[in-house]
Amino acid sequence: MQKMPYASSRILCRGPRGARLRPWPEGALRCLAACAAVSVASCRQAGVMDPQGPIAAAEWLLMINATEIMLVVVVPVILMTLWVAWWYRASNPRAGRSLEWSYQGGVEFVTWSIPALVVILLGGVAWIGSHQLDPRAPLPSDKKPVRVDVVSLDWKWLFIYPDQRIAAVNQLIIPAATPVTFRLTSGTVMNAFFVPQLGSQIYTMTGMTTRLNLLADKPGDYTGFSSNFSGDGFSDMRFVVSAVPAGDFDDWVAKVRGSGSPLDDPGYGELTRPSSAVPPTTYRSVDPALFERIVDQTAQNPEKARAGNAWCPPTTRVGG
Amino acid sequence: MLGRLTWDAIPFNEPIPLVTSAVLGIIILAVFGLITLKGWWRYLWDEWLTSVDHKRIGAMYVLLGLIMLLRGFSDAIMMRSQQAIAIGASQGYLPPDHYDQIFSAHGTIMIFFVAMPLVVGMMNFVVPLQLGVRDVAFPVLNSVSFWLTASGALLINASLVIGNFARTGWMNYPPLSELAFSPDVGVDYYLWSLQISGVGTLLAGINMVTTILKLRAPGMTYFRMPVFCWTALASNMLIIAAFPVLTATFLMLLLDRNLGMHFFTNDAGGSAMMYVNLFWIWGHPEVYILVLPAFGVFSEVVATFSGKALFGYRSMVLATLAICVLSFTVWLHHFFTMGAGADVNAFFGIMSMIIAVPTGVKIFNWLFTMFHGRVVFEPPMLWSIGFMVTFVIGGMTGVLLAVPPVDFVVHNTVFLVAHFHNVIIGGVLFGMMAGYNYWFPKVFGFTLDARWGKASFWCWFLGFYLAFVPLYLLGLMGMPRRLQHIPDPTWEPLLWVAELGSVVIFIGILCQAAQLYVSIRTRVSRRDRTGDPWNARTLEWSTASPPPPYNFAVMPNVETIDAFWEMKETGQHAARQTYEPIEVPRNTPMGLITAFFAVIIGFCGIWHIWWLAVLGLLAVVVTAAIFGWSEHRESEISAAEISRIEDARLRAVG
Repeated sequence: MQKMPYASSRILCRGPRGARLRPWPEGALRCLAACAAVSVASCRQAGVMDPQGPIAAAEWLLMINATEIMLVVVVPVILMTLWVAWWYRASNPRAGRSLEWSYQGGVEFVTWSIPALVVILLGGVAWIGSHQLDPRAPLPSDKKPVRVDVVSLDWKWLFIYPDQRIAAVNQLIIPAATPVTFRLTSGTVMNAFFVPQLGSQIYTMTGMTTRLNLLADKPGDYTGFSSNFSGDGFSDMRFVVSAVPAGDFDDWVAKVRGSGSPLDDPGYGELTRPSSAVPPTTYRSVDPALFERIVDQTAQNPEKARAGNAWCPPTTRVGG
Repeated sequence: MLGRLTWDAIPFNEPIPLVTSAVLGIIILAVFGLITLKGWWRYLWDEWLTSVDHKRIGAMYVLLGLIMLLRGFSDAIMMRSQQAIAIGASQGYLPPDHYDQIFSAHGTIMIFFVAMPLVVGMMNFVVPLQLGVRDVAFPVLNSVSFWLTASGALLINASLVIGNFARTGWMNYPPLSELAFSPDVGVDYYLWSLQISGVGTLLAGINMVTTILKLRAPGMTYFRMPVFCWTALASNMLIIAAFPVLTATFLMLLLDRNLGMHFFTNDAGGSAMMYVNLFWIWGHPEVYILVLPAFGVFSEVVATFSGKALFGYRSMVLATLAICVLSFTVWLHHFFTMGAGADVNAFFGIMSMIIAVPTGVKIFNWLFTMFHGRVVFEPPMLWSIGFMVTFVIGGMTGVLLAVPPVDFVVHNTVFLVAHFHNVIIGGVLFGMMAGYNYWFPKVFGFTLDARWGKASFWCWFLGFYLAFVPLYLLGLMGMPRRLQHIPDPTWEPLLWVAELGSVVIFIGILCQAAQLYVSIRTRVSRRDRTGDPWNARTLEWSTASPPPPYNFAVMPNVETIDAFWEMKETGQHAARQTYEPIEVPRNTPMGLITAFFAVIIGFCGIWHIWWLAVLGLLAVVVTAAIFGWSEHRESEISAAEISRIEDARLRAVG
């Protein structure tokens, strides 16, 4: 555990003696101020707030815009609530009272209209945004997208480059400024693939293929992880996405092809065994159809591969 | 003979659960010892355990919710502490296998055994009184419902001592919750305890809807019902529509786990997505099952403590019903990131936003209720104002999450965690605390101490912001939920602020305990003799505090919305009347017996002791049959006795 980098607990918690009767003890105020300062100071530009690609940037902008639209209503409502409650307190002789006033058509009309107008506006934003930022939609670019197949395993990520016929675990190298087209599935329970600085996350599920298109504007390292809880090793299901200049990407592919071992079916079977905090590894070659076979669940089930759809799993043990 | 149950199920080598169980065991033994020593068993059995009186059952529901709040909160503060210290290379004090159980138990307990009992209990106590009737439609069924909920709570807590709890998160998503990935009893504890309490909740819902539709005081038309009754009606209709879905879903998962079926498995055509859909078809209405009655509480409290009728009654009713219907059209927003197309996502996003319209209308109407009123800052009113401020923020982040592309970057992060705590603490819990402070004098006949009440409000209010504003920020910084250790050291300061927030909330809970203790000690001086300590507007305040078993000596005649206010205006409430004998249902231990066998069924289901589970099921059937054939179910309260009780109240009022 690191030492707390901010105000010590002595300042935080001890108020002066006799402050008990005052409504806002000094100690409490100081404590709140310290917390606010810590929150502001440590809230650096990171994750979603530091977008590094067009999808992430558009999503962050959408979030800011939607927040602003709502704040126009939310801030006045909060202030009015506090002011009305305070001004009409029973002990205020200057407050006007009309205790029978409980209905007025015009006021009712306004109370329905204000939230309705906000929602109409935001509904439009949501409709357009959903279509423009559909994870399946290919990104406009004059470059040919790089294809990456993603498989979540217990508790690591397998990235297959079907066009380059190589694979990597817990390490995703992509060329910068080039669209990346992902197909995603899971070799185990549900997970979700998420690189906050690049944008949209998407679930990975056994037997299903989800699709995602992302792009990193410029070279850099971006943290990725699983955002859907998947078991004991979940916290370590993290990886680094390295966006590199296009030339460096080709060099990296060449280097991977010339070193390490191939990823064959026994190798994949080995990978599906639970393990966590697995260091990044690369594989010199891989069957480009491995992803399809994982989706079909035939990669580890030669019997199913032979029998096709007629295949049925062996009877599982009933009970424990 | 004993299925999977062996001595290995007791966590002898894990200090935290072992010590917790030991301490709990000692506390329970001490309480039992005290009851035995004081000779209170007879009283408890006659007046509470076997009671079919909706007021007693309501109070027991709330007590259950408050006790479970302590359990759920212990989990919460353990999680916050773990995340605050397990930074970088440190693994903290909870290994993944234990930490995963804690967050799963926290969510499950807080939703099913804190929020639900508080809400159901509040409705159980208040609705018949507000409707001006003598009990719910099915008093014995009411007792069965409560005891089934209590059975579920008992089972889920048994997992502390015997075996372990689920390590899947409170949503229990397959395939993680399938036998292949969770072979131990944890998921079975989750499934069986929620199945049993779910049946209880469904029965309670049927009971309450029947009561509201069929039993109302003479003249109490639908549009003269207090808004709390409307919200209770909406909430219970949602229970009837949504809980069977949950029961069916859990049944399918039980079949998968116990009979090798493949509804949600990875292989043989199972579809985990189906579970996710079904779970949230229950799950989203569940949010409104909880929050609508809270809205009802605020409507009563704000009107009472502003000295005004609720502004825009018809708008409030319309808004409630709109939310009730719309709540079934939004479930997909819980998984926008599952790869549905843009049209589907946008549709569900916009439907979710539309719910903000009736909710916004409610906020404005409470505001206009206070406007030109005479606002008194008693604790229930503080909780209500605190709610209005907090809930608006939670609503805003909720609408943000309803924009699918925004959800794509904050889903499953702690931003989402902050959002739903914002609406569930700021909405449901604040509402239940407002209701607890508001109706406590009606339940027990003396008011709660206001100073401690205010102290607890301020601690909860500030503690909430300290605990959850950091989570909003951390979510934006890219922190997923359910991390057992924290990979990024820059998150540490914010996690400590959140930890401090949970400590402040803990102080708030201590203040509540102190409030209860101080109020009980000084109960004689704070006795409520008139039955109307707040100068309130609805019928529950027209009878004595605590209300007599028959609630109303003479059925009230309702002519306006705020019926009791009208009676006070005309002086009718203090008028002496002639009384007739009243029949009230007799107590029966049927609920308790049914629940006892339900615990046996659940426990044996969890541990695969099938022969005993079948016997337990038979016993439930036999219990119901024996009760069904019994003849003598009512007892009579004489006119003289009624006259004596009513005179005491009238002397105080007059």
